[in-house]
Amino acid sequence: MKTAVIVFPGSNCDRDIATALEDVTGTAPHMVWHGESELPGGIGLIALPGGFSYGDYLRCGAISARSSVVRAVVEAAERGVPVIGICNGFQILTEAGLLPGALMRNSGLNFVCRNVALSVDNSQSIFTSGYRSGETITVPVAHHDGNYFADAETLDRIEGEGRVAFRYAEDVNGSARNIAGLLNKSGNVLGMMPHPERRIEAAHGGTDGRRLFEGLLEAVA
Amino acid sequence: MKLRIIVTLKNGVLDPQGKAIQHALAGLGFDGVDDVRAGKLFELEVADGTSDESIDEMCRKLLANTVIENYRVEKQ
Repeated sequence: MKTAVIVFPGSNCDRDIATALEDVTGTAPHMVWHGESELPGGIGLIALPGGFSYGDYLRCGAISARSSVVRAVVEAAERGVPVIGICNGFQILTEAGLLPGALMRNSGLNFVCRNVALSVDNSQSIFTSGYRSGETITVPVAHHDGNYFADAETLDRIEGEGRVAFRYAEDVNGSARNIAGLLNKSGNVLGMMPHPERRIEAAHGGTDGRRLFEGLLEAVA
Repeated sequence: MKLRIIVTLKNGVLDPQGKAIQHALAGLGFDGVDDVRAGKLFELEVADGTSDESIDEMCRKLLANTVIENYRVEKQ
């Protein structure tokens, strides 16, 4: 599968996700600079990496979400191309309107950087088919602004539509209903604050993150 | 034309920064501060004749995230 990693000024997990994707798919991803207005042809997965794009100026992900390459990502997502946004990538997806809600300052005001337990809420999506529903996995988080917010009506709707992919097993950052990962309505866009790309080989302390990419590869092959 | 655009969190959106500031004020001995909400102020210098629609669009498309924030425009 051909994949693309979008690189913004201030991205810092672009190499981690590139390594994970190359490891799992066997092919190095295209690294696409934020100023591009087109994506390479035949891309089967677009990844928006973690980091602090544009120094988190204005709001996390706000400036990146208005970049020319993200317009191309939105068009691709609307055509059904799978898109995963991790950490800052999740923030960009909400700012770009591909996912509902917003990610606010952690309720405890601290930067949270540790392994967390996640429960898999929905194992039916292309991104979560490598897991069992209800299973608990361990994946690291590293963020200051991961406190998911949406109004009660939106939360009810996304829960009713089975769009919560992952929940924190315990409160990590104040997120509404412990939402850690969220799907769009058609299921081809996933945003998540935890970093599956940092949990892909035994040396990382576990491989729970690798299963996301393996499951995805199998689901879209 | 000078604009001041004030962006504030909507009612019902928790503001942990505001809460921390409130606690810090209490720690300094200022009693009776019942609530603090932090917001943002943008000062823009725009061409005279910039339409209200265009200013509104700037707010909606970039300066405020209307999922969580309200905005108010003051012309000077």
